[in-house]
Amino acid sequence: MSRMRPDLEMIARHIPAGARVLDVGCGDGTLMAALRDGRGVDARGLELSPEKVELCVSKGLSAIQGDANRDLAEYPDGAFDYAILSQTLQTSERPDQMLDQLLRVGRQAFVSFPNFAYWRMRLSLLVNGRMPVTPHLPVSWYETENIHHLTIADFRALLVEKGVKTQGCWFFTHDREVGSTGANWWAEHAVFQLSR
Amino acid sequence: MATILTSTSAKLILPEALPLDSGQALEGVEVAYETYGELAADKGNAILICHALTGDQYVANPHPITGKPGWWSRTVGPGKPIDTDRFHVICANVIGSCMGSTGPASLAPDDQPYGMRFPVITIRDMVRAQVALLDALGIECLHAVVGGSMGGMQALSFAANFGERTQRVLAIATTARHSAQNIAFHEVGRQAIMADPNWQGGAYYGSGRGPDAGLAVARMAAHITYLSEAGLTDKFGRRLQDRDSKSFGFDADFQVESYLRYQGISFTNRFDANSYLYITRAMDYFDLAEEHGGRLADAFARTSARFCLISFDTDWLYPTAESRNIVHALNAVAAPVSFVELSAPYGHDSFLLDVPAQDRVIKGFLE
Repeated sequence: MSRMRPDLEMIARHIPAGARVLDVGCGDGTLMAALRDGRGVDARGLELSPEKVELCVSKGLSAIQGDANRDLAEYPDGAFDYAILSQTLQTSERPDQMLDQLLRVGRQAFVSFPNFAYWRMRLSLLVNGRMPVTPHLPVSWYETENIHHLTIADFRALLVEKGVKTQGCWFFTHDREVGSTGANWWAEHAVFQLSR
Repeated sequence: MATILTSTSAKLILPEALPLDSGQALEGVEVAYETYGELAADKGNAILICHALTGDQYVANPHPITGKPGWWSRTVGPGKPIDTDRFHVICANVIGSCMGSTGPASLAPDDQPYGMRFPVITIRDMVRAQVALLDALGIECLHAVVGGSMGGMQALSFAANFGERTQRVLAIATTARHSAQNIAFHEVGRQAIMADPNWQGGAYYGSGRGPDAGLAVARMAAHITYLSEAGLTDKFGRRLQDRDSKSFGFDADFQVESYLRYQGISFTNRFDANSYLYITRAMDYFDLAEEHGGRLADAFARTSARFCLISFDTDWLYPTAESRNIVHALNAVAAPVSFVELSAPYGHDSFLLDVPAQDRVIKGFLE
C-alpha cells in the first residue's frame, strides 16, 4: 500500500476484507485502489470531477461521475457495508442531510473533516481578524469549496442531535495521530466511524 | 489514405432458424462480419463491437463502397484504445441491414427480395444473431461487448439477455429506451422514404429507381440530431455557400444546407432505404425495462459483468439523463458500474470523433 493521507490510512485499517464500500468524493481512487488491492474490498466511488472519474476507470475501479448532494438519494438503503466521506462534509450543501444519506446507504459511515477550532486557526482569526489559510485549508475564503466550516465540537453536537452512534474517532495534527483529550483545540482534522 | 489492418471478412449462414421477438422465425440468416487481431488459445480476448444505425462491420478498415476509413478506425487498431494487438475484435453487420447480413434487400425463399415482407425485427433480435455468430466461432464468454448509440442498445440488451457471456459491457451515448422525441425524429425519416413515389411500397429492387430523395431527406433530418447547435454554429454559422449574397431562391445558399444535402445524397449510395425503415423501427421498439416486467434494474439482475457508461454533455439525442437512468438501475442491483459524462462539442456524434478522454476511459475500462 502506497503512502496515503493519514485519515485515509486510518479508514482503510478499519474496513474488513471483502466489505462493500462506497467512497463518496473518491477523487482519483487512491483509497479505493488501496482497499481493493490490500484487502479485496468491493469499492465503488462517486466523484464530481470527470477527470478524476477517468483516472479511477483507468485504474480499473468502478466510479460514477455525479454530485453527492443529489445522487446519493438514488442508491438503495443499506447497499453498502461502509460509506466513506473524506474531507468533503464541509463542501456539501447540507452536511446534516449528507450524514443521513451516508448512514442510509451504508450500514456504517466514516467521515473525516478539517477542524476549524484547531488552535492555530483560532489564533490566526484572533490575531489577524481574517479567515485563516493553512496547509489543511489552503485556499482563500472567496475561492474555497468549503461552504460549511465546522469544528469537532460542532460535529459531536450534530451526532447527538441525530442520535448517531460513534464507533470510533481519531484525531490528527501535522499528519500525526493525537489523543482525544482537548481534540477540539489540538487536532487539525478528525475521522469518525459512525453507525445508527 | 486509410491504413489497412489485417482483417478477416467472412459471412456465416446460421445453421438454425433465428427466432424473433415478433413471434416469427427467419430461416437461413446470413451474418457478415469482420475480425481483427488474434483470438487467444483460450478464446478469452474477444471483444464484440456493435455498430450504430447506419454503421456496418467495417469498424477499422476502409468501407468497400465509399473508400472512407472505418467508422471507428480512430478507436480500434494496434495500440489504440481497443487494441487489436491484444484483443480479437469482432464486428458484425446487424440483421435487417444492407452490408451483407440478411435484410429487406436479401432474397426470400421465393428468390425475390424480401422488401416489406421482411419481418419487423428488434434490438434483441439483432443481439440473438450476434450471439449465434459467437456460438459458431466457439466463443463462450467475451472480454467485452462495446457499442455506441444503437450499438450501446445492443450492448445493454446483450447484458440483459446473455449476461453470462461477457465480462464487461461498455455502452456509449445511448439509452435503455427510445423516447417519444427519438421516435418522432425517426418517424419523420420513415415518412420521407415512404412518401417518395420511387419507394413503390418497398418493392423498388430491380426497378432501376429507388427512393433516394426520401432516404436523403431522412438522413438529413437524422444528421441534425447527431450534432450540437454549438457544433453547427462553429462549423457553418450563417455563412453562404459559393456566393456573396442570398439568391432569393431555394438553392443551397447557406453552407449548412449544402452540407446536409451532401450528407443526404452520399448516404443513398451506401444504404438501403428499406433497411433504414426496419432498423429505425427496431430502435423505436427498444425498451429494456418493458422487456423485464417494467423495472429496468431487473434487466441487469442476472449478470455479473462490469459496466461502463459514457455520455456527452452536448448530446441531446441521448442526453446524460438517459445514461444516469441506466446507472441507477445498475446500482439498484449492486452491479459494478462506472459512469462519466464527458465534455465534447460535437453532440451525439462525439463518440465517433476526437475526444481523448473517451479514449482513456475505454482503454482503462478494457484493461
